[in-house]
Order: sequence, then C-alpha cells, then structure tokens
Amino acid sequence: MKRLSLNVVLGGAIVGIVVAGAVLGAVWTPYDPLKINFVGRLAPPGAAHWFGTDEFGRDVLSRLMAAAATSMLISLSTVAAAGLLGTAVGLVSGYARGWTDRILMAFNDALLAFPAILLALGLLTVAGANSTGIIVALGLAYTPSVARIVRGTVLSLREREFVEASRVMGNSELYTVLRHILPNCVGPMTVLATSMFGWVLLAESALSFLGLGVPPPAPTWGNMLAASRPFIAQAVWLAIFPGLCISLTLLGINLLGDALRDRLDPRMRGAS
Amino acid sequence: MLHFVFKRVAMAVPTLLIMAVTVFVLIRLIPGDPAALMLGDLATPASLADLRERLGLDQSLPVQFGIWFGNVLRGDFGISITSSQPVLPLVLDRFWISARVVLIAVLLASLFAVPAGMVAAWRQNSSTDLFLVGLATLLYSIPTFWLGLLLLLFLGLQLNWLPVVGYVSFSEDPGAALLYIVMPVMTLFLHEMGVLIRMSRASTLEVLRLDYITHARAKGLSESAVLWRHAFKNAFGPTWTLIGLVLGNLLGGIAVVETVFTIPGLGRLLVDAIFARDYPVIQGCLLFIAFVYVAVNLVVDLLYPVFDPRVTAE
Amino acid sequence: MTGTTLPAPLLEVENLSLAVTATGTEVVRGVGFAVAPGEIVGIVGESGSGKTLAARSIMALQPPAIRRTAGTIRFEGRDLAGLSAKELRDLRGGRIGMVFQEPMTSLNPSMLIGQQLEEGLAVHRHALSADERRALVLDMLRRVGIADPDGALAAYPHQFSGGMRQRIMLASVMLLQPALLIADEPTTALDAVVQRDVLELMVGLTRAHGTAVLMISHDLSMVARYTDRIIVMRKGEIVEQGRSDELLRAPRHPYTRALLSAMPRRQPARPVPPAATPIIEVRDLVVDYGGRRGLFRRESGKRALHGLSLSIMPREVVALVGGSGSGKTTLGRAIAGLLPPSAGTIRYAGRPIMAGGAGWADYRRNCQMVFQDPYSSLDPRMTIGALVGEALRTVPAMGRREKAERVAEVLSEVGLAGPFADRYPHELSGGQRQRVAIARAVVRRPAFVIADEPVSALDVTVRAQVLELFADLQARHGFSCLFISHDLGVVEQVADRVVVMQDGRIVEQGDRDTVFDHPAHPYTRRLLSAIPALEPAGEGGVRLKWRFDDAAPEPVPS
Repeated sequence: MKRLSLNVVLGGAIVGIVVAGAVLGAVWTPYDPLKINFVGRLAPPGAAHWFGTDEFGRDVLSRLMAAAATSMLISLSTVAAAGLLGTAVGLVSGYARGWTDRILMAFNDALLAFPAILLALGLLTVAGANSTGIIVALGLAYTPSVARIVRGTVLSLREREFVEASRVMGNSELYTVLRHILPNCVGPMTVLATSMFGWVLLAESALSFLGLGVPPPAPTWGNMLAASRPFIAQAVWLAIFPGLCISLTLLGINLLGDALRDRLDPRMRGAS
Repeated sequence: MLHFVFKRVAMAVPTLLIMAVTVFVLIRLIPGDPAALMLGDLATPASLADLRERLGLDQSLPVQFGIWFGNVLRGDFGISITSSQPVLPLVLDRFWISARVVLIAVLLASLFAVPAGMVAAWRQNSSTDLFLVGLATLLYSIPTFWLGLLLLLFLGLQLNWLPVVGYVSFSEDPGAALLYIVMPVMTLFLHEMGVLIRMSRASTLEVLRLDYITHARAKGLSESAVLWRHAFKNAFGPTWTLIGLVLGNLLGGIAVVETVFTIPGLGRLLVDAIFARDYPVIQGCLLFIAFVYVAVNLVVDLLYPVFDPRVTAE
Repeated sequence: MTGTTLPAPLLEVENLSLAVTATGTEVVRGVGFAVAPGEIVGIVGESGSGKTLAARSIMALQPPAIRRTAGTIRFEGRDLAGLSAKELRDLRGGRIGMVFQEPMTSLNPSMLIGQQLEEGLAVHRHALSADERRALVLDMLRRVGIADPDGALAAYPHQFSGGMRQRIMLASVMLLQPALLIADEPTTALDAVVQRDVLELMVGLTRAHGTAVLMISHDLSMVARYTDRIIVMRKGEIVEQGRSDELLRAPRHPYTRALLSAMPRRQPARPVPPAATPIIEVRDLVVDYGGRRGLFRRESGKRALHGLSLSIMPREVVALVGGSGSGKTTLGRAIAGLLPPSAGTIRYAGRPIMAGGAGWADYRRNCQMVFQDPYSSLDPRMTIGALVGEALRTVPAMGRREKAERVAEVLSEVGLAGPFADRYPHELSGGQRQRVAIARAVVRRPAFVIADEPVSALDVTVRAQVLELFADLQARHGFSCLFISHDLGVVEQVADRVVVMQDGRIVEQGDRDTVFDHPAHPYTRRLLSAIPALEPAGEGGVRLKWRFDDAAPEPVPS
C-alpha cells in the first residue's frame, strides 16, 4: 500500500509538471522557439537562457515547452484514435463471436504480428512524415493491440454472471453491451490507455529522431535530440535536456500505469 | 506433442499471408503508377512497359498479388532503385549486422534480468526489491536513442574508452569489431534489462503465491530449492514469451540505435530507403522483418512446453 | 481442555496471536490448544475465523504479510521460535506434513509427479539410495489408490483429476511419515462422493502410521465424523473446544449452537397443490457442446445432456443434484434459454418456447434466475437499487413510480431496506449480495425461478439465513423453482422433489422423502452416504447419523 502511493505521488508529480509545461508551452514560452539568433548560438545554460541555446541561437527551454505541447497533442490524438477504433473492433469481435470474430481477429493478429514501430514506418511511407501522418500511422499501428485487449475483456465479461443475468432479464444484446459490458471495460481501458500513451510518445520521439516525424523547424524532443548530435562535444546540454524530458515523462507515465494496474487488478483487491 | 507443433506451425501460415497482403496493399496505396514507383529514376519507357508486363498491372489486383507473392517466394524481392542491387541479398547482409547486436544484447539482458526479477519477487518489498524495481523502471523509461547518446558522450567522448561511431565487420578485424559493438549492445542490454526484470518479477510474484510453493516449503526444501526448482520453470514462461517479442520489436526499432552509432544495419537500411523513396527496399525490409518476427515467435512458442508441459494438452 | 489425562502432547499452542504487519490488525488472538500423538483434532470456523492462518503459522508458513505477535508453539517439547532455519526445515515435511485445499494448484504443474514425491525423501532421508526412494514412492502411490504407479511417476499433475491429485498430495506427505498432519480444507474443492473417499483414505493412512491430524474445515458435520476433538474458531478467537461427540450433543457457546442450528435439516413435507399442466415441461432435451465446423474439419462436440425429460408443477420446488460434470448446470441454463438445445422441447405452461419465438417475451418475464457467485452476478458499476430496478425495465404497463415502489418493497422483503438501495455491490457482504440477486429475480413476480447453486459460495450461518429467506419468498409468492445444488444437505431442506443426475442423464427422480430414505440408484446411495442426517439431541445439540454406510469405499490396505 505504501509503495502504491509513492508511485502515484511521484508519477503524478512528474506527469503534472510535464502537462503544465505543455499547456503553458502551447500559449506562452519565454522566447519565440523558432527565432534564430546567430549571435547567441550554442550559449550554455545561464540566467538569460536557463537551458542554453542551440546551434541557431534558439532558446532551448522555449523549444522544449513548445515540443511538449506538440508531443502531448500528437500522443493524445493517437491514443484517442487507436482507442476508439480498437474498442469498436474489439467490442464487435468479442460480442459477435463466430465467423465475424474469427475473420476480424485473423487480420488483427496478423497486424499485431508486425512490431508496431515497423507497421508505423510502413504506414508513414504512405501517409507522409508530418503530424497528421504520424497520428494516422501510429494510430493504426496500435489499433490491433487495443482491439485484442478489448476483445479479451469482453469475452471474460460475457462469461460473468451479471451479463447472463441481463440476458435472463430479457434485455436486448445491444442494451447489454452498452449498459453492462462497455462500462466494465473502462477500468482495463484506462490502464491500457496510460501505457499506450507512453508507447506512442516514445514512438513519436523515435520517429522524430530518425527525421520521420514532425518536420523542422517545429521542435519536438526527438528532432532536437537528433539535431544535437553534431554538437554533442561542444554543447552537451542540447543532448541532455530533450532526452531528460522524454525519459522523465515516460517514467512518470510508467509509475502511474503501475499504480493503476495494481489498483485495478482484481487479485490485488481485498489483499490488504 | 506432434499435434501441438503442427497446430502452431499451421497457425503461422495465415498470419504470414495476411502480412504479405498488408505489405503489398501498403505499397499499392501510394499514389502513382506502381511500375514507376518501383523503378524510380531508372525508369525508361521501355523498362516501364517491361515491368508493367511483369507485374501484371493490366490484370486484376488479386492476380497482381499472386504474381508478386510468387516472386517473393522465389526470393525475388526486386531491384533497389538507389543501388541497383537485388533487394534480398542487400537485406540479408544488413540483417546479420543488426541481428548480432540484438541477439547478444537480449541474451545478456535475459541472463541478468531473469534471476534479478526472481530475487526481487522472492524478497518482495525489501530494500533489494525496491532498488531492483526502481532501477528497472528507470532503465525501461529511458529511450534507447538517448541512452545511446549518453553512453557515447561519457564512455566515448569524456573517458575515451571506446570508439564513438562506426562499424567494423568481424571478418576484417575481430578485436576492433568487438570494441565497436560494445556500446550499441550495452544500450540495448540496459534498456531490455529494465523490461525483463519487471516481467520476471511480476510472473515470479504470481507463482510464489500459489499453494505448490507453500507445499514445497512445507516439505522442508531449502529456499534456494523452492525458488530455483519450483518457482523458476513456472515463472519463466511469460518472460520467455516476452523475450521473443522483445527480439522482434528490437529488429523493428533498432533503426534509432543504428542511427546513434552509425551502424549500417537493417533498420538504417529501411529508414534510408524511406528517405530515398526506394520502394523495392522498403517492401523487402518490411516483409523480411515481419517474417523474422513471426519465425522468432514461432520458435519461442514451440519451445514453451519445456517450461510448462500443460500447453501441449488440449 | 477435557478432564481426561492425555499423554504428553505432541503439539502445544499457547496464547498465539497473529497480526497483519503493515496495519497491526490482529487476525488471530490468544489461541491455545494441544494435539496428542495420534489424535485427530478439527478446527472449525467460517471464513475470516483465522483457522487457516493459525494452522499455517505452526510451520511458520503464514503469508509474508502476517506476523506472529505473541504466543509459543511447542512441538515434541521444543519451542519452535528457537529453531534455526535448518532445524525448521527438518521439521517441515519430516515431522509435520501439510495437505492443501486446492488440488489444482498444490502440485507443481511443470514437474513430474515422481520428482515431486522423491524430493521430500531426498531432503529428509539422506541414507536412501535412488532405487530405495523409488520403491517407497511406488508403494505409497499404490496405497493411496493410484492404479498405475509406474506411469504416474512419469506423468504431470494436469494429467490427473482433482480427486487423484489430492491422493497424490496425500502420498507425498505421508511418504515422510510425519508425526503430525495438518490438513487445510483437504476435500472442500472435491465432489461429495470423492470427498468421502479421500477423507477415508487420509484417516486410514494416518491411523496406520500413528500420525496425529489437525483438520481444518468450515464443515462441522464432516469434521465431527472423523475427529476426536473439535476446536471452534470465530473472528480469530477460539470460542469453544471439546470432545467431538460432546460438543455436538451439548454445545455451550452460542456461536457453536448457531453453527449447529445452521446445518441444513429436513423440513416436514409440504403438500403441493395438484395442477393440470406443469409450469415447465422438458422433453427429450439434448445439448451438445463445442461442435463447430472448422476450416478443415468438423470438430465433433461433446454431448452434455442425453435426452432428458423433466417436469415441474406450479408452486413446486424441484432440486437437481449431481456431481461436477453431471450436466445439472447445463440443464438449468438450457431451460433459462441461455443455451440453445440441440434437440428436444421445453414447454412453459403448456406452450413450447423458443428463443425469439412467440411467447418468448412472456417466458422471459416469468422465468428468472439466481446465480451461484454473488461476486460475479451483480454488475459492479451499478447501485443495488438500479440492479433490482433493471429487472423491471422491460415490464410493460408499469409506471416509474410503481417500479420504484416495487423495488423498495422487494428490497425490504429481502432485509435490505433503506440506505442499501444507493450502495454498490462491493460495499456488501456475500450474503447481502445474494439477497440482492434474489430480490432481482423475484421483483417481477415470476412464475418460475431457476436457482443455480445459490448458497454454495456462502458461509454456513449466512447460508441458513439465505435459505430461510428463499423459502419465505417462495411460500409468499408461490413461484415454482428448479434448485440446482451439489449439496444434498441443502437439498434435503428445501426440495419437494429431487432429480439426481450423473453424466448428462437423470438416474433417479422422486419425492424428497423417497429419494432420501429409499434411494433406488447406487449413485444416489453413494451421494447420500457422504452426508450425515442430523437428529436433535437435548441441550440444543444434535446427533449425527450416517446413511448407507454399506456404500463406503473399500478400506485402505495398510
């Protein structure tokens, strides 16, 4: 019980700071994140520029904040897209069973058999390397995992006696799905969405790092890291801060995810 | 047993087929004449007409898929636009470079992580456990491309212990090859260790709650016998499955590490091909990695009964 | 303590207290008892009584979150607190053995039976050679009734049934000839008939070796049959202990009396008013499972029901009994319309019913069901009021106000009036949840209720209350009932008529007194021989009477 609250506090604090930074970064940053200033290029962290400036003299803190806003928006949209599509497929598959289920799941499993990042890379060649392209590619790449988990949850809920009770009461299948099955998927879906937010953020950063993400000059943590490589010997801060942002955000999300899983895991219930 | 093997192998066939369809459809979704896409800058009116003929572009899509898939099965993945080389040998060459790094890293990570996770679970909530779980969560939260950069920064640039970037093949100079491979391997090793410790601990915790563990203790067995003889085999199953997934995922995601250390591996080949719009190579890489992924997981599944004899029972 | 002079006790527990380490909550308080060599002692209590924790702490095998806070445990004169880890391990298995409740999880699924049996010998009998160990193991497997001991050595646990696994478990413990055997609900997970076989085997083997037994159970009648003395625990404390026959005949503590009076017993037979048509009539019902057409071949299904016929009259309570796998639940689900029959007809009030067909909506309104597991049968995200109210959703011609009044009325009928309507299932106890499930079934005033093991997940005293409630409601509203149960004690209390099933077939049916007193089929006799009949004795106690002892299994060779 003690560890669980530590996870929540630490994870919550980290995620809270990042979200606050992102929200702030969407409306206000200390400097214009795109403003080039060759006089002040590669300035180390100091009073004027807390996190220093980059090879074009742009303020790193401002760029990190703007990048946070971009990453959060992309990740949220992706999770929402994959969540909606995956839930729909999983719900239909799990409740219909029979041939509908078998055909849907055969395709789903084949897509699931691609590593998600590979599928995203493939889709990016079609969708194009920009924010919409990333949302489409990552959203489609993660849909199969959502569908699989929702289907599993629905199948196990179907066996629960309260779903049978609903049938015995004479409720329609649609009513049973909407009233009893869907609300009980919310718990597992929350856990999944939390982890998925982390995966998507990581994938988005990796794609940006490879140059396949949001195109420059718009900052993302990934493309900032990629741009830091030629200057890594002179300007360490360029490589440190964006990486720290990604790692801390992921740490916060993972801690929150662990706490959620512990709380929602039925085996843990009533254990203390 | 034979039935189990047959069933698992048979299950992989439709998966591979649907994967092939997916890759085929993906490339066909790109707007433009497929023959022109495949030839890129090499296209001449004659070669275009020839390729259209060979791809059967005047016929229906299923027929086109049939022709294409037939070629793939015969090992004909097409010709790279940028290098004018056949795709398959190119992919295989690069694959061995990536596979070596991935295999060594995952093997080492498993050797450390599985026992560490078990000890953490065995001493649940002790300071050892807290330390291992904290470390694992931290390692697992650091993206490989940043971890690689950090290693490069400290071990390479600050301490000057290891060569910074590049790749030397083993056949040229085994000593140098080893030095160059240390940092990429270490990067993946650290990250995957985080993933595997968490899994090993979680599945061991599941097992340690069960009655047969208490039964083993009630028989008077020592704690080490309880942990290694009774808990290990049962707890290892889920971790074993995860190792398979990790291997496959790394092949898909290794591009970032190869970028950090400038290694000419399969991931880099794919990313460069995407930049160059070298569609035959993109197609070849996607198909090949997907096939390897399915094959690795098939092998993992087939070996699973070693740890849990129950899965072969109907 | 009884006044008789006992030999020096084998096990002495004094003032034992256990607490949850994290919160300090005491779960066992000041428990003291003794076990003499060769004696069989039972610890009886409901869930939460601390009986399992107290027993496991003897071998220091309580869960890591539980700590001993006070008390001494002496075994063969030695204080166990002072033992080194090595001495404790020598004691475990070597001097004290333990049998667990759940045969599905108490043997290691990834180790061969032979390995699991031999490793205990390897630890405690260093002198034995591998061949000698093997011979001992084979001999013990034979004695617990394993037909092919050589084959069993090279088999995995999942290849055996629950009853067989429990025999193997027993073999692995008795192999080391411990002085004390702790048996934690050793047969609770087994079918009644198998239960008795395994218990007889356990008692036979321990008698033969002079092993004392500490038997932990929730089932007073089972314990009373085999034990010399009984300890009754409640909420972490011992409320009463004494010789088994005396304790049953003249219980002193009110809780013991409550436990005894909660044991099901036969009620006087009720006249069922004659009627022209049965409310439910099943004819030649066949249900096949799992038969589906695959891509390449047609998988043959398993036939669960082989053409059953059964009828239930208005106001009648018909009990369906049988072991697991007998098909009784399948039959209930088929009648409820949850499973499509493969062949045969089901008629309601004379009209054939079919899912979606004419009269289906009427049947749905009039046939309701109470499920076994009160933790799974209520949607965790709905309040009690909403749960019960939902059953009225599809009832036409009933106003909102009328529905609310009906819900309130039914909730007060089941003893959950007032604030309960706004609570969620997880805020209720198991018994209260089952009351909600019953309220939900009867709120529509159905003509027919199917109750599938409605009380088997409940503690003894709660079970008695719920059964009483159910009988009251049945008498008041006059619905017919198909009562599915594996527990013949419960059936004897509630049923007007009894239907016995085995392997998907009905082997016997008749009115309750005939079936219980003069069973015609050998399987019925076996089932009945596993449960006691209670005869009231003076002083608020009972006497146990065993039926049809001729149906007992062969005695164990020793």
